[in-house]
Amino acid sequence: MKPQSPVARPASLQLTPDGRLRHFLSIEGLPRALLEQILDTAESFANLGGPAVKKVPLLRGKTIVNLFFEASTRTRTTFELAAKRLSADVLNLNIGAAATVKGETLLDTLRNLEAMHTDMFVVRHADSGAAHFIARHAAPHVRVINAGDGRHAHPTQAMLDMFTIRRVKGAFEPLCVAIVGDILHSRVARSQIHALKTLGTGCVRVVAPRTLLPAEVETLGVEAHVDPETGLEEADVIIMLRLQRERMKGAFLPSEHEYFQRFGLTEERLRRARPDVIVMHPGPINRGVEIDSRVADGPRSVILRQVTYGIAVRMAVMSMALGTGTDAS
Amino acid sequence: MRWHLQGGHVIDPACGRDGPADVWIADGHIVAVGTAPPEFTADRTLALDGRLVLPGLIDLAVRLREPGQEHKATIASELPAAAAGGITTLVCPPDTQPVVDSPAQIEYIQRSAAAVGGPRVEVLAALTVGLEGTALAEMAALRDGGCIGLSNGLRPVANTLVLRRALEYADTLGLTVHLHPLDPHLAADGCAHEGAVATRLGLPGIPRAAETAALAQILALVEQTGARVHICRLSTARGAHLLAQARAEGLPVSADVAVHQLFLTEDDLEGFDARCHVLPPARTAADRAALREAVASGLVQAVCSDHQPHDEDAKTAPFPQTEPGVSGLETLLALMLELVGQGVLDRPTAVAALTGGPATVLGLDRGALRPGAPADLTVVDPDTTWTLEAQNMRSRGRNTPFLGRRLRGRVTHTWVAGTLVYALEGGR
Repeated sequence: MKPQSPVARPASLQLTPDGRLRHFLSIEGLPRALLEQILDTAESFANLGGPAVKKVPLLRGKTIVNLFFEASTRTRTTFELAAKRLSADVLNLNIGAAATVKGETLLDTLRNLEAMHTDMFVVRHADSGAAHFIARHAAPHVRVINAGDGRHAHPTQAMLDMFTIRRVKGAFEPLCVAIVGDILHSRVARSQIHALKTLGTGCVRVVAPRTLLPAEVETLGVEAHVDPETGLEEADVIIMLRLQRERMKGAFLPSEHEYFQRFGLTEERLRRARPDVIVMHPGPINRGVEIDSRVADGPRSVILRQVTYGIAVRMAVMSMALGTGTDAS
Repeated sequence: MRWHLQGGHVIDPACGRDGPADVWIADGHIVAVGTAPPEFTADRTLALDGRLVLPGLIDLAVRLREPGQEHKATIASELPAAAAGGITTLVCPPDTQPVVDSPAQIEYIQRSAAAVGGPRVEVLAALTVGLEGTALAEMAALRDGGCIGLSNGLRPVANTLVLRRALEYADTLGLTVHLHPLDPHLAADGCAHEGAVATRLGLPGIPRAAETAALAQILALVEQTGARVHICRLSTARGAHLLAQARAEGLPVSADVAVHQLFLTEDDLEGFDARCHVLPPARTAADRAALREAVASGLVQAVCSDHQPHDEDAKTAPFPQTEPGVSGLETLLALMLELVGQGVLDRPTAVAALTGGPATVLGLDRGALRPGAPADLTVVDPDTTWTLEAQNMRSRGRNTPFLGRRLRGRVTHTWVAGTLVYALEGGR
């Protein structure tokens, strides 16, 4: 019935024939063992050295290009730091709209960079599927890491969140994780959901007004809650998502004020969760919009630890994709 | 040239014929079907050995890309592709560059087509000036210039009062208006069916309500005005249901679906396959089943190719940046025959949706093999299997999800007005 399609499916595009990581494009389709390998490799990097992390020579001689078609400070910086700690040469390209204004297609940009003998592209792009597109068209030796594509995926962010959860909570099976906020537009949420489900998390909830929940979201294997009081009930982990200011213009919400009143994470609402709950946020935070400062800076928050772990997780993914990660431990 | 087509199997639903019959052609017209005309001497006799003889196919939506997008395709590149697909009449929408909102544009297209030769080209002219949805196009001038009907392409007429006036004025002139039921606000920047697959892939969705809300509005205006409207490219089960209700109430509406909507579903977008990026989007298996049923029952009386040839760049980008559309001229008939093979459609119904059905939509006296009618015919070898391969396509657009597919049933000859415009190389 279905037209035969020669286009590679996400899993086969991401993995080598013997099941190792080739590109890191999305969590979907990756086996649990591979996600655990990423976490274990990240542990080995996180344990290096203490406060003054030493460089390791794993990627000496490799050239990594941070190819950012969309503005980002935090993600780009942690990728850059991760690459430098692996001793790779790093090139940062903030392309924005410049190349497209000049009429250069994405493929042209790619070919030009490949001609400079690059080994890896770390890609951020406003369109869903951009990282898959680049991986499919890149030269065979080039590896691609998705640093966020449209609403689709942000797998390294999800893995550093998993790393944080595992460090604090241990096993995933008994956990109840609530992801709160703009699920509809969030690539972070999609990748977190796939990662949590793959790692065996007992209960994954998404909590948002209906305007910010994607269609048929239950098909991702999550419980949907429009009431934060029930959505946060007995949660072990709460992940707050950033609310983009432009959502007011699209008539998704009446106002930031009303959103905070109804969905913002306050100390009072936090009490509905388990006493040992941890609060996470991929950043940057809108204080007083999705989260109260007293919670963001409070004892249950692990938000800054997430940032620290981001470097170790990105080191793990980069070294694994370039075929040297398994030697790290 | 005087032809005697001998030993074929004629399927002509408009005339109620489905059986072995010879056909005689002279002076560009059908002379006789079944019974030999007296004192006929053929210049050429073609032995068909049971091959199918059909009225020439009529395709309600073919983008020729000329004028304005000649880097995608031209009239000269696409007419031979249509002939190879067995299509003898094709209708091109007004969304060329510039748009067809003056008689000069109609003349340009028809003169270019005549210079190329082959299938007949009918032109849908713009409903509103520049397709901008605000001022009525000079419809009387467009009718006198030879347009077959009016359309606003995929561009919305957002103001319902303008749409009402446009329908009334078109009806004054006896012109059918072809409308795409797609609410521009609900469709927004969507590029996939709003459902489980778009949710997973993070693609902006187009909800079913984008079709049903627009369709309900159109049907309300048809009810109000009595104007004749053709609904283009249905995609949802609920849309088919609304259409059935309207037809049961006697409203003057017809409808078509694109043949790829009878095959593709949202699942085909897996892996961000831009070849399956179409508008309206491929929806669910349940919608597809309802559309198939709507064709089988005759509720939807035409199936078209919705041919949209693209240059390679148009499909070589991250999915949301790719242009929607399938190059479909050369697979229209074979895909319909595949549905016959699967038992989804019976053969006369499949042929009717490609011949008499669209002829009725257009108000043309074509799509039937009546003595005296213009000799537009297609001969098909129903048993030939072939594989669609990019390098063998005649269309300049190679953008089709059906590349590599094994197809059964192939056009071997096409006549337009008694002139053989296509013969399969190596064919019998």
